[in-house]
Amino acid sequence: MEDILFNYFPSAANIIWIILKIIAIVIPLMISVAYLTYFERKVIGYMQGRIGPNRVGYFGLLQPIADALKLMFKEIILPTKSNKFLFFLAPILTIAPAFAAWAVIPFDIGLVLADVNAGLLYILAMTSIAVYGVIIAGWASNSKYAFLGSLRSAAQIVSYEIAMGFSLVGVLMCANSLNLSQIVLGQSGGLSQWYIWPLFPLFIIYFISAVAETNRAPFDVAEGESEIVAGFHVEYSGMAFAVFFLAEYANMILVSMLAALMFLGGWLSPVEFIPDGAPWLFVKVGFLLFFFLWFRATFPRYRYDQIMRLGWKVFIPITLFWIVFIGIMMQTPYQGMFH
Amino acid sequence: MEFIFYFLSSVLLFSALRVITSQNPVYSALFLVLSFFSAAGIWLLLQAEFLAIALVLVYVGAVMVLFLFVIMMLDINLNQMRKGFWDYLPAASFVAIIMLIEMILVLNKSYFESPNFFTPPTISNTDELGSVLYSDYILPFEIAAIILLVAIISAITLTLRHTKINKNMNPADQIKVKKNDRIKMINMKSETRLKKVKDKL
Repeated sequence: MEDILFNYFPSAANIIWIILKIIAIVIPLMISVAYLTYFERKVIGYMQGRIGPNRVGYFGLLQPIADALKLMFKEIILPTKSNKFLFFLAPILTIAPAFAAWAVIPFDIGLVLADVNAGLLYILAMTSIAVYGVIIAGWASNSKYAFLGSLRSAAQIVSYEIAMGFSLVGVLMCANSLNLSQIVLGQSGGLSQWYIWPLFPLFIIYFISAVAETNRAPFDVAEGESEIVAGFHVEYSGMAFAVFFLAEYANMILVSMLAALMFLGGWLSPVEFIPDGAPWLFVKVGFLLFFFLWFRATFPRYRYDQIMRLGWKVFIPITLFWIVFIGIMMQTPYQGMFH
Repeated sequence: MEFIFYFLSSVLLFSALRVITSQNPVYSALFLVLSFFSAAGIWLLLQAEFLAIALVLVYVGAVMVLFLFVIMMLDINLNQMRKGFWDYLPAASFVAIIMLIEMILVLNKSYFESPNFFTPPTISNTDELGSVLYSDYILPFEIAAIILLVAIISAITLTLRHTKINKNMNPADQIKVKKNDRIKMINMKSETRLKKVKDKL
């Protein structure tokens, strides 16, 4: 089938083939986002001694679908003095990079939409432009709360991006490549070869910065309900609000996926006698996602000045030191530990 | 390929024009973002993927965010801004013409003919750029880095003022605090007035 198509309509078939691949990534991603919200409500429920959603479907399994339907049929309210064009552009600008970054994520050997050499840089670029959606949403809403939320979020994301970028520099020093598949293959050889061991401080910093980048608790001052109602999306309702939510959860899965690929060996099996494969990747991602929910149930919200202090005065110096340390260790006989 | 180039460059030219013509400064900043993005696309067509992504990462992802940050907080009176247009026009056009002449002089000559950096697809563009930057051009590269560092330090010293109302706290001191520093337990005898009242009754 595939061959016939390619022989007769080379370019058109190519485009259709790519679109099919995109659908094969986006649809499971949407479903995972929906069930991540269900999982979050269940996990936090049990942590707080409640049951969580259990009315729609068995064990409440149809709850996310009911929520999605409800949001779709709700009215989208447009504030009178808002900037109409930018008001609707903002959710699109938030969700587009959250999906676009998935183009270079490898799920297994060769199982990747675009196997580009500068994959890691591409992901950094895509996650860095996601902040525009938040800023524009806050400004276009013409509301003080939304604006305060977007300013907080912009400063926070720009600060934590630096620490995040530096911890990725450590990974590419070890892997000698920016290609995500190559980075995973550089960790082959069992649990002991994963980059989490030589780069342990960078892994911790990457993960905490990832929580801050996705505006999740305890760094969710951008929406801080107790101070600024709902932050940057206070004026959004219905599907426009749902799109912001979708982007937040898609970003959570994305950063967990990246952490699994770069520090936890991606699709590689931790032990030699069990074969490698994509299920390993999903198990690792699920494990990391659980931490996001655990943090939300456990930690109180950070104070804003402490967030800034943590980013600039603690994380960035540690990453800088560790990069120099790796560089020095690579010139010593111990370089085998750092590949 | 050609279609993509013309598409990207027309978007680039249009958005660059809108940067200077749009009334709202926030729109100008957003159009500047769009023009950076299209420029990055054109660089991608030249197979300079590192430079293209670095442009998006640094200019779109960091510099323009801070620009927008500042512009959004300004309360600009548009009418007042448009007032002096005709007064400034002669001086501005004089500067523009000189810049145009300079650009024509430079771009016409072959100053830009550097050694051919076009790399075969087998070598990563990022690798190539890194090795050139850190070997042949190490001195200019480091000087540029030092100039940036000086700029950062001067910007901080210009804005950082230690005033008396500064409520900054030292986190180390906050952590060191013990219960005894904050709470003083007092052993008090119970009030006796109530007893007197009872006695009267």
